[in-house]
Amino acid sequence: MKDVMIRPERCLGCQSCEIACAVAHSKSKNLFSALEENPASKRRISVEYLPGPEISIPITCHHCEDAPCVSVCPTKALSQDSITSIITHNPERCVDCWTCSTVCSRFVSLYQLILVMGCWTSSMNHNRGVINRQAEAGIKCDLCEGRYLPACVEACPTHALIFTEVNDI
Amino acid sequence: MKQEIHEKSIDTASQAMLWKAREEGMETVWDRYEKQLPQCGFGQLGVCCRNCNMGPCRIDPFGEGADKGVCGATADIIVARNLLRMIAAGAAAHSDHARDAVLTFKKMSEGKAGSYKIKDETKLLSIALEYGIPAEGKRCEEVAAELAHALLLEFGKQDGNLLCAKRAPGPRLKLWTELGIEPRGIDREIVECMHRTHMGVDNNATHILLQGLRTGLSDGWGGSMIATDVQDILFGTPQPRRSTVNLGVLSREKINVIVHGHEPILSEMIVEAAEDPELLKLAQEKGAIGINVAGICCTGNETLMRHGTPIVGTFLQQELAVITGAVEAMVVDVQCIMPSLGELTGCYHTKFISTSPKADFPNTLRMEFHEDRAYEIAKEIVRAAIENFPNRIPEKVNIPEEKRECMVGFSVEAILSALGGSPDPLIEAIKSGAVWGIGAVVGCNNIKVMHNYGHVTLVKELIKNNVLVVTTGCNAIACAEAGLLLPEAAELAGDGLKTVCKALGIPPVLHMGSCVDISRILLISSALANRLGVDISDLPAAAAAPEWMSEKAVSIGAYVVSSGVFTVLGTVPPVLGSQAVTALLTKDLNSVVGASFAVEPDPFKAADLMLEHIDEKRKALGLESRR
Ligand code: SF4
Ligand code: SF4
Ligand code: SF4
Ligand code: SF4
Repeated sequence: MKDVMIRPERCLGCQSCEIACAVAHSKSKNLFSALEENPASKRRISVEYLPGPEISIPITCHHCEDAPCVSVCPTKALSQDSITSIITHNPERCVDCWTCSTVCSRFVSLYQLILVMGCWTSSMNHNRGVINRQAEAGIKCDLCEGRYLPACVEACPTHALIFTEVNDI
Repeated sequence: MKQEIHEKSIDTASQAMLWKAREEGMETVWDRYEKQLPQCGFGQLGVCCRNCNMGPCRIDPFGEGADKGVCGATADIIVARNLLRMIAAGAAAHSDHARDAVLTFKKMSEGKAGSYKIKDETKLLSIALEYGIPAEGKRCEEVAAELAHALLLEFGKQDGNLLCAKRAPGPRLKLWTELGIEPRGIDREIVECMHRTHMGVDNNATHILLQGLRTGLSDGWGGSMIATDVQDILFGTPQPRRSTVNLGVLSREKINVIVHGHEPILSEMIVEAAEDPELLKLAQEKGAIGINVAGICCTGNETLMRHGTPIVGTFLQQELAVITGAVEAMVVDVQCIMPSLGELTGCYHTKFISTSPKADFPNTLRMEFHEDRAYEIAKEIVRAAIENFPNRIPEKVNIPEEKRECMVGFSVEAILSALGGSPDPLIEAIKSGAVWGIGAVVGCNNIKVMHNYGHVTLVKELIKNNVLVVTTGCNAIACAEAGLLLPEAAELAGDGLKTVCKALGIPPVLHMGSCVDISRILLISSALANRLGVDISDLPAAAAAPEWMSEKAVSIGAYVVSSGVFTVLGTVPPVLGSQAVTALLTKDLNSVVGASFAVEPDPFKAADLMLEHIDEKRKALGLESRR
């Protein structure tokens, strides 16, 4: 299975991925016409700023079917709606063990970076924030169904986002 | 998005060189463009600001993220400021070119630039008269010295308005004064743009854009117009003549010297040096049968208009010319010169010679140009090209066959004389409907458009509908390559235009010169408007820049629209991130200056927009308005 991988050390925070994602999910699929659409197209990726290491990271959740993060979460802070497969995160139950991030193919490289840089909570807050915001808005990263290459991957000028076999990582 | 070679250019000579580039592993502008895709959305929409170091700031066009920069600047403000800076840069490029022409003119008049002389005395005297310089009892050089002084004052003027702008029709000038956009000193407008766009100065989109119009006007009716005037005095006012265009003008047996860039000051000397017996002899010694000077971009247009020097190609053909393997020297001055030429010329024997004190590029041979030693330097440059001839690598030489004849040189003076001395015959033809209207089609190539497709398709549609086309810059070269600058091209025109062209022996598309020579288009519009007793905005005329890319084109757009001519842009300017600015440019300007912009990448639809506009204007003038 191929998935979007995040290589946070390459991200320059330009937000091109956000725009490309919004355009890819607009009716017209065209930057200039998409601006006039109502309701405005919603992006499924967020470039978040981590104040600790002062870096930006693109975060996007696929809300996978049979999400591995949910099955490994020891405190059931992460749960999945059985019909929509939308994931939500309950901060009250979360003990910041980071187990979920070690099994998510998207976040594992981020996790490694965070390990090296040693700034635990800030990044996880962002991951979960994005996951929950997507859940609320009823949107998720759909891997750009119908496109050969996901829009965010195509747009990223520094290849901070790549589309590759999960096992290759 | 991989493009096939036949999708990159409509010109078969260019396609052939793209194949050669592929075989030889050469990188061209098309490859680099592919690597840039997709391009940044913030940049395309104009909503990124770097004007202070609290930024860079950008506005989320989809409304989820930031709606203001750190200072509070909205998308409207940021877009307007960015546009103003583009106009300022464009006006600066044209006007600084003009300044150099005037400085050369001044040195000539003082006897400090012996290589130059006054070629068009009549024009000198008529312009001197306009600037209030009496000529009686003075030598030409004295008049020239006084005129040079007066012209230089226009750049740094602190009081009053530009004198050239007074050439606009009365109602237009009055409108500018009422709006407060009559241009003042040329340099002043540009400086003021930079001031206004500094953090925390002008933060009202409409107010910012009015300064954009004024700055544009200081270019069109100031810098560009002065450049045209002075260059005509120094090098001669163009008259109709024939020449050839396209990559096929490069010669297998001669030394090929390409002059590329924008100014005629050096290239005039190179053209002369190429006829120097001493150098011709040297060329023969090196095994060549002569010296072939050919142009690219507007330096090319300048020498084409005045000497019939052949043209190698448009902006997008500069690399392709080198790829022929037959260019001994690529001599450049300023503007529209791709820095990639440095690496590319290194792969062939071509010497990349940069000459302007203002402009250098990677891997060049510096041969800085100074007016006081103009001819000597030109000779040194040509000599360097000749010495390089034996280094040509025969296996790498492949010159496409394609070249086309063209008829060029339509200055205002030449057009009037073709019409028998007054604009009346043209006005009669417009009134009768034989000439439905005038289309001014100008501008660059842009890699986002198939090379020359926008230019040629649009112009063909216009002439088919009896619109007489006036052209400058790369559009003119594109039309020449497509064979449209020949009297025979009248066959492609509608019946009315065909008859008029045949009667006058002119092409349906008139080459009026380089990009600064759009000032000639302004003057012919003025002449027509004055003769009809109307404003320029009442004329059945429209403009287009189907493949524009440079900031100069933005300045041109600003002055053409503020002069009252509806203008269709073929590539999208970076303004769509602000609805207010977009509405202002495409609609609201109509009620301010009587003209606006439209954006239409499809050349057929662009032609329709221009024709509809012309129909409306004809109707308002009480002329037949149904095609
Ligand atoms: S966090 Fe990762 S594993 Fe969990 S649902 Fe999102 S993309 Fe899938
Ligand atoms: S893969 Fe597609 S849907 Fe998912 S974040 Fe990237 S652009 Fe958005
Ligand atoms: S496009 Fe790439 S570099 Fe830019 S914000 Fe997104 S992930 Fe980072
Ligand atoms: S001027 Fe304002 S919008 Fe521009 S970079 Fe500075 S703070 Fe940001």
